[in-house]
Amino acid sequence: MPMIEHQGGMMIAVKATLMRDLTLLLRHRGEVLNPLVFFALVITLFPIAISPDPQLLAIIAPGLLWVAALLAALLSLDSLFRSDYDDGSLEQLLLAPQPLAALGLAKVAVHWLLTGLPLALMAPLLGIMLALPAGSYAVLALSLALGTASLSLIGAIGAALTVGLARGGVLLSLLVLPLYIPVLIFGAGAVQAAILGDGVSAHLAILGALLAIALVLAPWAIAASLRISING
Amino acid sequence: MSLCLEARQLACERDDRWLFQGLDLDIRSGEIVRIEGPNGSGKTTLLKILSGQLSDYQGELFWNGVAMREVREHFLANLLYLGHAPGIKAGLSPLENLSWYQALSGEKSSQEGSEERRLIALENVGLAGFEDVPTGQLSAGQQRRVALARLTLTQRALWVLDEPFTAIDREGVAALENQLIAHAQGGGCVLVTTHHELTASPLLRRIVLA
Repeated sequence: MPMIEHQGGMMIAVKATLMRDLTLLLRHRGEVLNPLVFFALVITLFPIAISPDPQLLAIIAPGLLWVAALLAALLSLDSLFRSDYDDGSLEQLLLAPQPLAALGLAKVAVHWLLTGLPLALMAPLLGIMLALPAGSYAVLALSLALGTASLSLIGAIGAALTVGLARGGVLLSLLVLPLYIPVLIFGAGAVQAAILGDGVSAHLAILGALLAIALVLAPWAIAASLRISING
Repeated sequence: MSLCLEARQLACERDDRWLFQGLDLDIRSGEIVRIEGPNGSGKTTLLKILSGQLSDYQGELFWNGVAMREVREHFLANLLYLGHAPGIKAGLSPLENLSWYQALSGEKSSQEGSEERRLIALENVGLAGFEDVPTGQLSAGQQRRVALARLTLTQRALWVLDEPFTAIDREGVAALENQLIAHAQGGGCVLVTTHHELTASPLLRRIVLA
């Protein structure tokens, strides 16, 4: 039998992994809806519990929206590699003659498309409930879209590290939350600045910079973490 | 070019117990090597080491005479590993599962003849007519067969199969055995663990772990 030289085809593998995960998640919509429902529930409860006073709510709205979105994204992270780990697909992914970092990035991209992006699109709607001042809605959505991409990338490192553990959820949160704080500060800060009428470009630029760093470094960290988790 | 996987002085320790020590192995084209041993003797661990998945072992691995870490990509491009978990997604149909595996080895699913290969691979394992059923609705044996369809789907010289006969019926076992022999005769090589009795063949070699 002739030996095969490695033919490359990384983009084919990445695209196929993207399509596969999208198909799988769209067939199990419950998993996609969970974080969105969580986000909506948390934001609905705050005006009831605190006060319906629009002035008070407007002050705390940026922080509330960002914290709730961050927790919703965190909640969905545990399942990122879980099912692949359980059915052995992850083992096969590691044995593919393709760069694991690129394949991992494809999985993270799907996570962002079906968690981060919907959260960002939904946030302005929930902002109305919190009497978020007009003019800050676009910034809210944009900052969340940028921020959740970083959150997905950073969170995937934690998810990869804890995928081998039976109940890694709490550990995952502890590992990842400290790394989420810069994103939270600048994300909520951007919305706050928009409300006060200050320039938002500095905050958004820093969010973009954080995303750029995460994009460069996280795939390698995810690949290394997956190898550690699977190979012990 | 014939293939050759060598292991020199392999040793592996788990929970303060040596699974094996000083193990020398040569696996060449045209061989079926069966790893034997009771439960817990380290068969799966050995297969994982030999397929380059584990790193906490002592000793060295060579692929065609070159140290494994230098030719890992070439090794992986020629390796087909089937573990205890089938690596098959319950939410996807058998065809979709196979096309992902084709893509992982760099083959476009729209490429000419690749759809045909998927259909042939499924027909070979007796799954004709189940191509578009979600794999989760198939029986355990049928799900296993979807994983086994990968053997004919992509051309890989080295097969590493961990308990491939699990949940497979008697005819399926016979067909799979023939497939292993045909693969070895074609110049490939097979590394297998099983508790089934394999029919004696001049190509078959045993390695017993104590």
